[in-house]
Amino acid sequence: MPSFLSKLTPEQQVGLLFVLLFGLLAVATVAGILFSLRESKSSATEPSAQVQQLEGLQAFLRTAWPMALLFWVGWAAGDGVATVLFGFVSFLILREFISLSPTRRSDHRSLLLAFFVVLPLQYTLVWTHQFDLFTVFIPVYVFLAIAGFGALSGDTERFLERNAKLQWGIMVCVYGVSHVPALLMLDFPGFKGKTAFLVFFLVLVVQACMLVQHLSATRWRATADATPNHQFRWRSWGAGLFAGSLVGVLLAGLTPFNLLTALVMALVACVAGTLGHLVMKAIKRDRGVIHWGADGRSVTGASGLLDRVDALCFAAPVFFHSVRWSFNL
Amino acid sequence: MTLRAKAMGLFLLALVRLLTGAQARWFGCPPKAEQRIYFANHQSHADLVLIWAALPKELRSITRPIAAKDYWTASAFKRWITTAVFNAVYVERDKKGDADPLQPLIDALESGDSLILFPEGTRGFAEDPQLFKSGLYNLAQRFPGAVLVPAWINNVQRVMPKGEVLPVPVLCSVTFGAPIALGKNELRADFLLRAREAVMALREV
Repeated sequence: MPSFLSKLTPEQQVGLLFVLLFGLLAVATVAGILFSLRESKSSATEPSAQVQQLEGLQAFLRTAWPMALLFWVGWAAGDGVATVLFGFVSFLILREFISLSPTRRSDHRSLLLAFFVVLPLQYTLVWTHQFDLFTVFIPVYVFLAIAGFGALSGDTERFLERNAKLQWGIMVCVYGVSHVPALLMLDFPGFKGKTAFLVFFLVLVVQACMLVQHLSATRWRATADATPNHQFRWRSWGAGLFAGSLVGVLLAGLTPFNLLTALVMALVACVAGTLGHLVMKAIKRDRGVIHWGADGRSVTGASGLLDRVDALCFAAPVFFHSVRWSFNL
Repeated sequence: MTLRAKAMGLFLLALVRLLTGAQARWFGCPPKAEQRIYFANHQSHADLVLIWAALPKELRSITRPIAAKDYWTASAFKRWITTAVFNAVYVERDKKGDADPLQPLIDALESGDSLILFPEGTRGFAEDPQLFKSGLYNLAQRFPGAVLVPAWINNVQRVMPKGEVLPVPVLCSVTFGAPIALGKNELRADFLLRAREAVMALREV
């Protein structure tokens, strides 16, 4: 098997990976449909644990399909398209973030700057491989520019609060996400054309960690402790980290890492991702909403895009810089 | 509708959805092809575009927004977009001479169209909408068959505040409430207050 794999070109290896991924998703989807056809013993008012689990699986698949498709399109169409695609994701989640952070009329110019200058510039820097500039562009230059624009507007009411919110939005939604396509541009010696595996590694490790953490929290809530469901549980966190690093070690062969580096990198990504998710959850509680998107009151019951990618927003920069510095790229 | 107007309509729809989501929330009534007068709060010129985009395609063609004549006919482009794309009805904001400013609205309702009305008459900047003008009452009295649907437009003032040219992306929604009807012998002032409260009540749902 390894000899068969090594005979393939990098292109074919990545292609094979996507075939496997979509195959797994298809199997899970079909299984979910078949299970849902089975007659359930539960009454309509009180769904059984089985039904709840099935709903959990379907909710996960609803996220997993679009994400997998997004990455496939990004890979198949090349780095440029991938960058534009992630730029679009940034745009949509920044829109959700701003919608839930009240701004005043005088913030209009700063918002224009964030959406139509900072966001495209940041992704242009990624696309043109300006790694040194793109890592400092937002924390150094934009940090001052946004605050300066705000001060020039002359409206000082709740100035720090308004500016902090905007800065935060840009940091999470633009800076964080832009590190995902930047992974594609990393120039590993002897790893050319295969950087898509790094993105795959990151996303799979973080998703596995989040999924296990979520499932174990749900399970343990049902049995032992009766803590409210939004509380942080060290035990499920540990389970999530364990699962994430395990997936990381299993995927080590796809990456330029050896087993130990893969373990450490996976752990770093998982810690960053889970903490980021927790932070975003705290912001949502503070605003009194369950989901981002449409003021938390959408009719369709769909949650926002930011709910799906919040862990990635925090994990991507940490992972990117850990990789970059430990390999001196 | 000419090809150019159709293309412009599609472009505007895509733009409004990208910037605001333009989500319609039908709470008190379903979208239905009956003669209706939608009345909503007014905070931005973009209100007209947003409520137009939030309506389903089938209703968009039979529902005509009211546009302030002085603003929307100020340039050839604005005039073209309101006539060819939105199929708007123009009203004079300042009464000139003896002509009834409601006459164009009455003509449109008589020909069977639905209307989108902003009864405040002008854009407000306070939290609450201003007091409603009597046009809504006069139309309700004259056309008892038209269903009066209140609507609350949320967040649009953040997309494009007064005096700004470029829009900022913020999620917006239009909430449609339960229809109200003019009661028998109901006084004008009472009805207008009730209509305003019906619009404001939608802010919370």
